Amino acid sequence: MGKEQGIGARVPRKEDARFLHGRGNYVSDMHLDGQREVAFLRSPLAHARIKSIRWPEGAPIVSWAEMAGVSPIVAPSNLPTFKISEQHPLAFEKVRFVGETVAMAYAPTRAEAEDWLEKIEVEYEELPPLIDSHLARANKEVRVHEHWDDNVFLTLNLDNGFEEKSRNAPVVVRKQVQLNRQVMVPMEGKAALAQWDERVDQLILYASTQIPHMIRIGLADVLGLDHGQVRVISPDVGGGFGYKCQLFPEDVCCAWLALKHRRPFRYIEDRREHLVAGANCRQHHYDLTGYADEKGRLLALEAEVTIDGGAHSNWPFTIGLEPGQATGNLPGPYEFQGYRVKTVCVATNKPGFMPYRGVARTGVCFAMELLMDAIARKVGREPWEVRHDNLVPAEAMPYDNVAKKHYDSGDYRKALVMAREKLDFAKWRERQKTPEADGRKIGVGFASYCEQTAHGNSVFAAWGLPITPGYDQAFVRVTPDGGLEIRAGVHSHGQGMETTFAQLAHEVMGIDIAKMRVLLGDTGLTPFSTGTYASRSIVMSGGAVVAACKELVPRFVEIGAHLMQAAVVACRFEDGHVVGPQSKISVKDIADAWYKHPERLPPNVDRTGLEITMAYKPERDTGAFAYATHACVVAVDPELGHVEILDYVIVEDCGTIVNPMIVDGQTFGGAAQGIGTALYEESPYDANGQPLASTLADYLLPGPTELPNFRIFHMQTPSPYTHSGIKGMGEGGGIAPPAAICNAVNDALKEFGVEMAETPMTPRRILEALEQAQKNPGEKAA
Amino acid sequence: MKPAAFEYLKPRDLPEAAAALGAEGSKLLGGGQSLGPMLNLRLARPSLLVDVSKLDSLRRIEETPDLWRIGGSVTHAQIEDRRGSLPGIEMMAEVAAGIAYRSVRNRGTIGGSLAHADPAADWPLALAVIDATVIASGKAGSRKIPADRFMIATFTTELKADEIIEAVEVPKLSASARTGYFKFCRKTGEFPEASAAIVLDGPRRVARLFIGALNGAPQSLPALAAAVAEKGMAAASKEAIVAALKAAAPELDAVGLRMHAGAVTRAISQAVGP
Ligand SMILES: Cc1cc2nc3c(=O)[nH]c(=O)nc-3n(C[C@H](O)[C@H](O)[C@H](O)COP(=O)(O)OP(=O)(O)OC[C@H]3O[C@@H](n4cnc5c(N)ncnc54)[C@H](O)[C@@H]3O)c2cc1C
Repeated sequence: MGKEQGIGARVPRKEDARFLHGRGNYVSDMHLDGQREVAFLRSPLAHARIKSIRWPEGAPIVSWAEMAGVSPIVAPSNLPTFKISEQHPLAFEKVRFVGETVAMAYAPTRAEAEDWLEKIEVEYEELPPLIDSHLARANKEVRVHEHWDDNVFLTLNLDNGFEEKSRNAPVVVRKQVQLNRQVMVPMEGKAALAQWDERVDQLILYASTQIPHMIRIGLADVLGLDHGQVRVISPDVGGGFGYKCQLFPEDVCCAWLALKHRRPFRYIEDRREHLVAGANCRQHHYDLTGYADEKGRLLALEAEVTIDGGAHSNWPFTIGLEPGQATGNLPGPYEFQGYRVKTVCVATNKPGFMPYRGVARTGVCFAMELLMDAIARKVGREPWEVRHDNLVPAEAMPYDNVAKKHYDSGDYRKALVMAREKLDFAKWRERQKTPEADGRKIGVGFASYCEQTAHGNSVFAAWGLPITPGYDQAFVRVTPDGGLEIRAGVHSHGQGMETTFAQLAHEVMGIDIAKMRVLLGDTGLTPFSTGTYASRSIVMSGGAVVAACKELVPRFVEIGAHLMQAAVVACRFEDGHVVGPQSKISVKDIADAWYKHPERLPPNVDRTGLEITMAYKPERDTGAFAYATHACVVAVDPELGHVEILDYVIVEDCGTIVNPMIVDGQTFGGAAQGIGTALYEESPYDANGQPLASTLADYLLPGPTELPNFRIFHMQTPSPYTHSGIKGMGEGGGIAPPAAICNAVNDALKEFGVEMAETPMTPRRILEALEQAQKNPGEKAA
Repeated sequence: MKPAAFEYLKPRDLPEAAAALGAEGSKLLGGGQSLGPMLNLRLARPSLLVDVSKLDSLRRIEETPDLWRIGGSVTHAQIEDRRGSLPGIEMMAEVAAGIAYRSVRNRGTIGGSLAHADPAADWPLALAVIDATVIASGKAGSRKIPADRFMIATFTTELKADEIIEAVEVPKLSASARTGYFKFCRKTGEFPEASAAIVLDGPRRVARLFIGALNGAPQSLPALAAAVAEKGMAAASKEAIVAALKAAAPELDAVGLRMHAGAVTRAISQAVGP
């Protein structure tokens, strides 16, 4: 078969030409005749009752009261104890976080729309804000949602052999860790352009979304339209990271305006709106106790996880997804038998929580990996060694862990050992023996994780979601000149799927990928998929592309054999050609016969022709587990609190690699975001619930000069359950950096007795910890 | 996040700019790197912007026997690009090169930076330590203000409503002068958490040490400067630096003291260290 562009090939991305030349087409680039720009009045208060909203008569302004026929967004979950709440696209009766949409205005330009916003007068009655999740959890008097009896979205409990395994453990280590709230900061924020098309009796929503097919369902339901009356088109999307996995209030508002006024309405989120109303991820608190033997072998784990869920349950993934993932993924890549966890997701006066690249695993990994290092210190061994002994060994695969996750394949220990070697661990330990000339302290840190990817129906159903993924479908069609059209319902927003899907098709068909067009993210043109999330697309939709291509091969052979006057059994398909005993026929010639010279076709030809829609799901839908170890070296400046990353090694295994350059790119990007979590990014709130980082002057992101030259190495253990053994890998890079860097910082500062356990590790936090340690020398942090 | 409507004027010369500035609600526009975001956030709502960034008379860098005269609309990039050809004030080119990113430096101006008076900005500190003079011109004519007295507090300066920063005059240092300039930024291009600068020019009997990134204007640490001039690094013990910082900036907490002490130590060591 012609595989020079197939699985494993380092082909450049097909989409790069348009992106690198600035020819991408985003919602912000679109302009339709008569288009109006929409601006939103957002709540200045974290928690208040709305007493009245007034504006000058006749102004182009809308509040909830005008939006007749629209239902609130409700994202329920079947998880036990889950409490249901409603989110109105424009606030109704109450505002629940700073930045919540209260009213909207429209005008020919955004500036004029913002001028109109200044004419709106809202009278609020302030309510006590619920900002700290621990305080909100205890408060039953003041409630985010009045009809509840407290502020708890849901509580999950899991106990598997905890009492028995923890009893008599000689080593007990407790660790409290905190990840602070963050923003996802895709380059492009929310964007929606809604238009009513009389001709097809359809509302068309151009939206920057990862999940166009689900948005179609959600939007139609909220607006009371038939599903067939809505088409969602996701054009070029400038990054998603999970942020664009929800039905946004702003989408609903633009769609409603387009329906009402029968003209196009557009909304583009600006950076300030994103930083304020989009601060919706990562905020977890862990109280962990590890029970181990004298060598640091973990026997049991007890945990209480508190997730600051914000005000609303977002549709369709619900507020249940994050606590569900935290509960199930906390045990990580480790082999132990006793586990008890309680996870509480608390409602607060902040934007509703969304799962961000890596989902709960960035928090889980941070907690677990800090605990591993703490255990190692307690038993006096090297952290990498203790980690090694606790990792699930390759011989145990497939392995059912203490949280009933089914780890399909891999050699976790080998990845760790390889990371240690690539980092040249021994060299750094040697260097640590002599003080640095510049006074900085050097530390080495490791973090290992495994990551469920491409999980299917059974897993999402267990998280109680209102829509769960089943089969993903793809459509392929040979064009009259022998090229290929590929269509799938997922969407690419930086992952390079226009290239990797073409590579998968090339592997089967041998057609030059330059002659392939991959079309994604348009409910009018692509078959159904729930969308791009959970590191699933290459496995799920990719699998459907492969299945569809394979289905066309016998048809090629049948037609080709006839054209060569050979018996079908004497022919085979190879390298883009049907090869017969004497000659061969190209796909181009076969297409030519089908489209232009049907008289040449065999009499009983398959009438469905050279196109087909096929579906795929893996043999087992419990997920293909990718994994990695990150290892890094940092230099910490004890005077300034600055952390410099001197070296950073990633050894990862995502099964069979489709395109090594794309895997490296995804890993690099994810790790960059992980460094943001580790050292820079934070959306702090004051006691009144006012966000304190509302511009990029206050919300710091790592830039090129802050990122190390990640050294990425691969292992390839095929998954036994997926097509070609491919595993998902889009999120992985973002999981381990906070843990690896924190462990390295703590290694660097161990002479001072400092143990950091909070993200981001800002200079101020590091210096505060050093000051604290200096004040109480004997007393070491837990 | 789009600005409220405003009028825009591109004056031909300084008198026209000064006259326009007299009108109610008018404001100068330099490179727009600080004012631009404030307009977009609608924190500044001028009715008229008077753009002085293209005025030729304000865009010149001129040399006299004992000083350099840098026009108010000279960009950070223009100064950066004179690296190696600013005898006596080479430090200025180094400071300019460390401001933000090149795209900001291409537009941001020295006059705009001084007038904006961000406590963590580079020029208020650098021009104070090098003992420059600000030339402000208004309807009543022009006057000279020492740079170390120009900034009064955060976003507040000596400048009157109708005055324009026409230029800054920077005295040339002797060939044997030593300088140090250190700022600690969380990332490249960010405003610093702590900054310090020192100029030791024996022949001219100058010993100045300032710290920046405080709650207000940069502060002078004269006794420490004198001690360093005399004894070099030996005068720069941790204790001496912390004591000087506590006196100059009592608002600093333990962490602030630590960071600023780090910045002062490094600036001193650039000037007189091994
Ligand atoms: C991302 C970013 C990073 C930055 N990092 C740094 C940094 O590290 N260090 C640093 O020092 N600065 C930094 N800055 C600020 C930058 O240096 C600005 O250029 C500067 O503060 C303002 O200069 P401007 O010419 O852009 O003035 P403008 O923004 O146009 O104006 C600022 C103020 O000055 C007034 N003004 C302008 N020109 C004059 C004049 N000739 N006379 C009197 N008043 C005048 C205006 O009316 C306005 O009030 C940064 C800016 C950005 C956007």
